[in-house]
Amino acid sequence: MHFDAYQVEGFYDEMFDATGKPRPEARLLLESIESLDPAQLLRCQRAAERLLLQLGITFNVYGQSAGTERIFPFDLIPRIVTAQEWEWVERGLKQRIHALNEFIDDIYHEQNILKDKIIPEEIIRSAAFYRPQCRGISPPKRVWCHITGTDLVRDGDGQIYVLEDNLRVPSGVSYVLENRDLMKRTFPYVFEGLHVRPVNDYPSKLLEMLETIAPFSAAEKPVVVLLTPGMYNSAYFEHSFLAQQMGVQLVEGGDLAVEDGTVWMRTTKGLHKVDVIYRRIDDDFLDPLAFREDSLLGVPGLLEVYRSGRVSLANAPGNGVADDKVVYTYVPEMIRYYEGEDPILPNVPTFRCWQEQERQHVLENLEKLVVKSANESGGYGMLVGPHSTAEQRQEFAVKIEDNPRNYIAQPTLALSRVPTLVDDHFEGRHVDLRPYILYGKEITVLPGGLTRVALRKGSLVVNSSQGGGSKDTWVLARSAQGNGA
Amino acid sequence: MNGHTRPLLSRVADAAYWMARYIERAENVARFIDVNLHLQMDLPGERANQWQPLIDASGDTADFEQRYGEATQRSVIKFMALDPANLNSMGSCLRAARENARSIRETISSAMWEQINRIYLDVQRTDVALPVPQWLPELLHEIRLGCHLFQGIADSTMSHNEAWHFVQLGRRLERADKISRILDVKYFMLLPSVNFVGTPYDDLHWSAVLKSVSGFEMYRKKYGRISPGNIVEFLVLDRDFPRAIRHCIRGADESLHSITETPIGTYRCPSEQLLGMLRAELDFTAVESVLGSGLHEYLDGLQVKMNAIGETLSGEFFAWRRQTRATAAVGES
Repeated sequence: MHFDAYQVEGFYDEMFDATGKPRPEARLLLESIESLDPAQLLRCQRAAERLLLQLGITFNVYGQSAGTERIFPFDLIPRIVTAQEWEWVERGLKQRIHALNEFIDDIYHEQNILKDKIIPEEIIRSAAFYRPQCRGISPPKRVWCHITGTDLVRDGDGQIYVLEDNLRVPSGVSYVLENRDLMKRTFPYVFEGLHVRPVNDYPSKLLEMLETIAPFSAAEKPVVVLLTPGMYNSAYFEHSFLAQQMGVQLVEGGDLAVEDGTVWMRTTKGLHKVDVIYRRIDDDFLDPLAFREDSLLGVPGLLEVYRSGRVSLANAPGNGVADDKVVYTYVPEMIRYYEGEDPILPNVPTFRCWQEQERQHVLENLEKLVVKSANESGGYGMLVGPHSTAEQRQEFAVKIEDNPRNYIAQPTLALSRVPTLVDDHFEGRHVDLRPYILYGKEITVLPGGLTRVALRKGSLVVNSSQGGGSKDTWVLARSAQGNGA
Repeated sequence: MNGHTRPLLSRVADAAYWMARYIERAENVARFIDVNLHLQMDLPGERANQWQPLIDASGDTADFEQRYGEATQRSVIKFMALDPANLNSMGSCLRAARENARSIRETISSAMWEQINRIYLDVQRTDVALPVPQWLPELLHEIRLGCHLFQGIADSTMSHNEAWHFVQLGRRLERADKISRILDVKYFMLLPSVNFVGTPYDDLHWSAVLKSVSGFEMYRKKYGRISPGNIVEFLVLDRDFPRAIRHCIRGADESLHSITETPIGTYRCPSEQLLGMLRAELDFTAVESVLGSGLHEYLDGLQVKMNAIGETLSGEFFAWRRQTRATAAVGES
């Protein structure tokens, strides 16, 4: 199958330059794909999809009857990131996560950044995920964001921006590992001659990180568990996968109990002490005594034990304060304030609707902008101006005027594209990239991350709930020049 | 417990146990239907209805009568194969087995999960709108083979740890229960027809009972001729045949003791006591006394005891919403 007819159509393409010539780092891969019999390529693609179903790598769709499972579609053509670019992204992410962590710790303690008027106090107090219950808590090593899944996008000019930080309970890393596995099983030919950095040590790194944040009271080998809302959660596959890969217990709220100031799990031989909980449940549902009373998923009394330092939680409750999209707009200022450096990775230019001048600009330019609610995710609660109707724009104009604090707006980005198999040929489809960052003793970044692809022609929405799929992401270990290209 | 033994969550033990029971149940239903189909082909058309006993053996007579009425080949197959409203149909059992497996994916091996998922997806693809002969034989074959494969995979890819012993416990208790039911129903049905004793029909029926538990060949090797007394002895009291009740109960007892780490022949909790008593009873019972007291009564008694064991296990090991103290000593023998 050939790329002769492939068109970049004026978008930034990750594999081809603006003139349609293969980028140096992609040349070898493109050649090996072209050397394949087209029927073989299609067979590989179908085999990959069948394998996903057989392996039960599925997610549950909310709003449909329980047990409705879908595979997260997978496209065989990988996305390539050069060693040089990755080195820059990695430095930028480390700087950003460090600053965000300093910020969260500051917010729940001295609040210097508010006193110094870098960020208005009002913004923090009204942030939906700010948790006053967490004031004064000092998690081990003062780490609040142990696992982060930052969303990066590349605009038409080739610049990479941070779109969202996803500090609370980011998901998707299991697809990174499974996608690589799938590629090796169904499409082994294409790895030849390329030095793709491996990703399969993520579970070991994750476990190591979780063990380093264990409380002082823990035994030499701390007991780590992964807390899931249960098998009907959309990310249940990932929860069980990570627990299995780390060799830790996968627990539900009902498996845990608080007694004598300690968290226990209920086993066939009585109660067994727990030291570290990698929780995949939102703050709200974690502890009905501290947060939402009606939560049936959580563990009553958990927050008190956490506060006393007898159990560790990853991620730390309350870190979602920085997921607020209005707080996001201040991250560059945070980096300057805490790190004394300029940000390496830029934010997407963002208008804050609570500032009158910016609000006016947003209201006058709705058809050009993307408007987002400050605290929704998954592609919900947003208006994509260029694809909207006059009625939808009117609806959002009213919402913005009613509650300006809750809205931000960004220019509509021309997300970069990657060739994707469509029927029997290749077409460009828009992608983003979610790297995963771990923070324990130090900050480490998984090489690559999850490349999500909007499979619908022209679509910019990559979320799995809205027609998105994924691709393997190849970070090359050395530059294409080094390969003699 | 040494430093390397991982504690087992009560919820996980519960799911492992029920996963195994549902797999075993699906396999047994497939066997019952399969053997009846063959029997039907060997018997003249006017013979008594052979399908009603299958419903009776399942214990779901009331539900069946209410929704289907008369037990015909068509209606019974529909009810027992893939009827989602029948919680004991093969389809429902496999769904339940898979749901349980899914909730403990990180405990069982990936290969076990893939196998259970494969059977489930195969069964899902069955088009029941087609005439029965076009899908049933293949379905039955796939389920039997798929379940055997699952047991093999479980034995060879999962550590024989506590969770594995709960799988064994569930499988053995379910199997013992199903053997007792099929034997009870067939015996009950065959016994009154004194006229048939010694006729080819009688042989056919008894052979069918043996075949439904894959016991025909092994029985022949041991006893030769078909005789009801020997068949009862073989299926209830044989020590070595894997589908004899005694063999199942012994296996269950051994797994339970591996779980509790109490020496065999002693007990510290009620489930060990009940299971040990049943094991001893089967070890030292002669077939004459079983037949003398009436097989139906005897099997009925067995089922009551096995149910009590199941309930006790659940209270001692699975009651994970409450605090459990499974190791509380209740007596030493």
